[in-house]
Amino acid sequence: MSLSNRLRGERQNQSGPTRDVRRGASEGRARWSDKLKSYVDHHRSVFVSTGRRLLAEPVQTLMTALVVAIALGLPAALYVGVVNLQQLGGRVESSAQMTVFLKKTANAADIDSLQKNLQKDPDIQSVSYISSQQALQEFQLLSGFGNVLEMLDDNPLPAVLLVQPDPRFRADLVGSEALVARIAALATVDDVRLDMKWMRRLQGILEIGQRLVLSLGLALSLGVLLIIGNTIRLAIESRRDEIVVVKLVGGTDSYVRRPLLYTGLWYGLLGGLIAWLLVLLAMLWVAGPVAKLAVLYQTSFQLAGLGMTGLLGLLLSGALLGLIGAWLAVARHLASIEPK
Amino acid sequence: MIRFDNVSKRYATGQEALSGLSLHLDAGEMAFLTGHSGAGKSTLLKLIMLMERPTHGQLLINGKNLARLHRSQIPYYRRRVGVVFQNHQLLFDRNVFDNVALPLQVSGYQPREVGRRVRAALDKVGLLDKEKQNPIALSGGEQQRVGIARAVVHKPRILLADEPTGNLDPELSGEIMKLFRQFGELGVTVLVATHDVDLISRMGQRLLHLQQGKLVSDERSGHVA
Repeated sequence: MSLSNRLRGERQNQSGPTRDVRRGASEGRARWSDKLKSYVDHHRSVFVSTGRRLLAEPVQTLMTALVVAIALGLPAALYVGVVNLQQLGGRVESSAQMTVFLKKTANAADIDSLQKNLQKDPDIQSVSYISSQQALQEFQLLSGFGNVLEMLDDNPLPAVLLVQPDPRFRADLVGSEALVARIAALATVDDVRLDMKWMRRLQGILEIGQRLVLSLGLALSLGVLLIIGNTIRLAIESRRDEIVVVKLVGGTDSYVRRPLLYTGLWYGLLGGLIAWLLVLLAMLWVAGPVAKLAVLYQTSFQLAGLGMTGLLGLLLSGALLGLIGAWLAVARHLASIEPK
Repeated sequence: MIRFDNVSKRYATGQEALSGLSLHLDAGEMAFLTGHSGAGKSTLLKLIMLMERPTHGQLLINGKNLARLHRSQIPYYRRRVGVVFQNHQLLFDRNVFDNVALPLQVSGYQPREVGRRVRAALDKVGLLDKEKQNPIALSGGEQQRVGIARAVVHKPRILLADEPTGNLDPELSGEIMKLFRQFGELGVTVLVATHDVDLISRMGQRLLHLQQGKLVSDERSGHVA
């Protein structure tokens, strides 16, 4: 059958619902609804095919993904550390009692009325009294200096009120200090101690830690952009022939860009997933010693991990960085590839 | 369909590839472009493909001035032109079917339609049984026919070819040229650049001869000996 006959035969065979499509198509154009469906299909197929392409070179892919993972995992691990320290700091603060030393001259009635007044104070949760005698006994028991103290004639320890401030003072250093000052100004009170310095130091360390996480995160994000950008640049070079042909047969810039952007997305997702696993492994590695330490400190401290939110965050930031990195590379290098 | 109005092309190197060329091809017309290498044949085709822009003059395709075409519209314009290269520009990372399917895929055809059209195109060039092979495993003539199938699979209005028989023996060359003539008979405007004067002189088609960027003769091959 000659070519023209064959074509005529094709035309005569057209009937039914597909007719319009074929007529439209025979003019070299596809219908809009088809185009939309095809667009979505193409995204899906490109997502799958770029994934397959990466799987076809597992070592190369894994190496790039690992570099991305380390860059994402480092700040993530540091973040987990800071979160745990914060948790620890919270516990210390919540147990932060004020130790109110009473004047030696205070008699039982003074102490009793002071204790009652403090108990009525809305800023104070509870007050407990330790007499100088009790304090001495406790000191002898805990310090190991019992014998030394026995040699003293007088009990050198003052009577003490242990004041537990209201929970709302936990994170409120300024308020706590004001409360301390207020109690210290009362008659029969000699001195009030709250280990604010320790808390301040911890808070300072945590603040530095947070900023470190942020700056490290930013610097390493830039690293991820460069890594993925460079990987995509190499991919563009190795696909130069394909890009030229696609442009020649009427592929739009976004059509050419799409597989490259998805490749970046894949690297980012893989990197994020591996980063999460790495942090998880590190947590398991540290969990044992931390539990032992907690037992020694008689607390029920539990390590906080990254969790599902962390996984989601890592995947998301990985994906975003991957896309941006790929986009930068594509914007820089794709325009230079034109059919010659 | 194709109209050159006093078109000149000077490359950045200073080389004047085309100078003051005027030329008109009707829709469905077929013509051969001849001339020694460097005469401007490839440049002329590149201008039609918008791989290059003219330095002077106007180039109208189907009545539209290509100079008015924005860069972002070039892909859509190219979808209506088919082009065959001497080095056929096939991709060796995919089989024959996927090579031919490329113009349809970039235009967003449905897979079913792609399959139907690719097989029709491969059938036309007689390679239906090779669709699953890698083009690297094919002979030079077969590779060139895959290139032609890819150039016509989306039924372009214009078909261009740059030395399509460059590396082929005379018998294969004849077959390839016959294929081009068949597309011409179907109403496609065909312009083939070739130095193979012996071959085309027997085909009775319009012959455009370029020399140093100028059109020096325009006649039917039947009239020249």
